[in-house]
Amino acid sequence: MRNKFENLLIEFARIHRFNVRFFKELFTPPYEVKEIIRQCYEIGWKSFPLISLTGFIVGFVFTKQSRPSLEEFGAASMLPALISIAIVRALAPLVTALIASGKVGSQIGAELSSMNVTEQIDAMEVSGTNPYKYLIVSRVIATTFMIPVLTFYVAGIGLFGGYLSIISKDQLSMLSFFTQVFESIKFIDLFAMVFRSIVFGFTIGMVSCYVGYFSSKGTEGVGKAANSAVVASMFIVFIEELLIVQIMALLS
Amino acid sequence: MKKQVFDINYDDCVVDVQNVYKSFGERDILKGVDLKLYNGENLVVLGRSGTGKSVLIKLISGLLKPDSGEIDVLGERVNDLDDRELQKLRLRIGFSFQNSALYDSMTVRENLEFPLVRNKRNLSRAEIDKAVESVLEGVGLSYAINQMPSELSGGQRKRIGIARTLILQPDIMMYDEPTAGLDPLTCLEINELINQVQEQYKTSSIVITHDLACAKMVGDRIVMLLDGKFEREGSFDKIFDTEDERVRPFYDYNFIV
Ligand SMILES: Nc1ncnc2c1ncn2[C@@H]1O[C@H](COP(=O)(O)OP(=O)(O)OP(=O)(O)O)[C@@H](O)[C@H]1O
Ligand SMILES: [Mg+2]
Repeated sequence: MRNKFENLLIEFARIHRFNVRFFKELFTPPYEVKEIIRQCYEIGWKSFPLISLTGFIVGFVFTKQSRPSLEEFGAASMLPALISIAIVRALAPLVTALIASGKVGSQIGAELSSMNVTEQIDAMEVSGTNPYKYLIVSRVIATTFMIPVLTFYVAGIGLFGGYLSIISKDQLSMLSFFTQVFESIKFIDLFAMVFRSIVFGFTIGMVSCYVGYFSSKGTEGVGKAANSAVVASMFIVFIEELLIVQIMALLS
Repeated sequence: MKKQVFDINYDDCVVDVQNVYKSFGERDILKGVDLKLYNGENLVVLGRSGTGKSVLIKLISGLLKPDSGEIDVLGERVNDLDDRELQKLRLRIGFSFQNSALYDSMTVRENLEFPLVRNKRNLSRAEIDKAVESVLEGVGLSYAINQMPSELSGGQRKRIGIARTLILQPDIMMYDEPTAGLDPLTCLEINELINQVQEQYKTSSIVITHDLACAKMVGDRIVMLLDGKFEREGSFDKIFDTEDERVRPFYDYNFIV
């Protein structure tokens, strides 16, 4: 029992040091610009197909399911306002973060832990490259930057899905749809969306890198790391969402 | 038997390990290790699996920290160096890993140029290409330059791993079981490569092995790690001139059976 508690504390200390080191390495040269760009490509660009599909479906289905309840009150014309608020405030950041946890998290976890198991990280270190900077910092920067970009994209494509769902029943021009959308979104909503997705992006990068970097040696460590990268980052993303919602409620 | 090498300078000690202890959790692995590597020699380290041979060279290159004791490499005390100084010292140490540790996501060419590109940022493209081609030719694998590590055999990977460490022209080489799991012909090639590196690059090397033929072919001096300490030291014949039942089986297995 005691031992478990001690191990937990040691783990926390290690996580803390891992985070502190990130900010220390972030601001000291040399900067791994090339590697960061490559990671942005790997993490962001390669997620586009999957994320396009999910974003579209979420927007489309959400609109379709909301319609009957609004019609009951004779408020079907409120649909654009409803979906734009739902998508910008909640769906886009959350859906993007969850999809990215699954896709990017498992990818980073597996990649780093297999490098760890096969001593590639040690090899990097002895050949005069700082593996923390080269592998971790570049990936975390990439997720922190690309998840917000993907979130905007998901919001756009989700709204488009919603629009298609609406015009399957009603007459509505694209122009008047988006006019209504922009009228109902406030600046604070956009700000909250960006803030959230930055937090989520950082979380996914950091958690997956941590899990991969400190994976247990041996090939079963790779599978475990990929798995726990996904589970842990999803879990933390939900907790953060909960906290952010509370804080936003207090602020406004 | 190895041909005599005359360039060894027994007054110049490039690696000096003094009374080093290392344990993992409850398990004591190294218990007071002393080791000297002299300039220009090939030192073979023998020992059973799990006695801490790989741990020892990781300590020397600063990948692990000793619990106590001192390690001096090329006149610098490894434990006292900060990250930047350690990084600089490591450029003079080549480390060939037990399982080669090639970067899976890069081609052979990218693997080889990685240490160069990252450490000597003022080299031109042509100079890098030339360095890559010359080390690759040295290990006899010029044709593999555009292949991925996953397409190579164990022996080829080993040689690429050695080539990757040679590209920075290190003063000290560490080979972790260079011939493990290879066929006799490839073993011979690797052993010749190790001797050729010693001659051509004037390196001092630590060679960890279970393979007595390798020990005999490349070793100028042999030490044996027994129960966390170096207890036997000397030439190949001297090491095995004993009735110690921790030592005999090494020899018997290889030559009698
Ligand atoms: N990072 C580590 N954490 C915990 N234990 C370790 C670590 N590295 C090595 N050990 C333990 O130290 C012992 C010695 O390991 P080492 O790899 O040095 O053995 P070795 O002599 O190289 O054996 P082999 O000939 O099989 O390669 C092993 O029992 C291993 O479990
Ligand atoms: Mg070993």
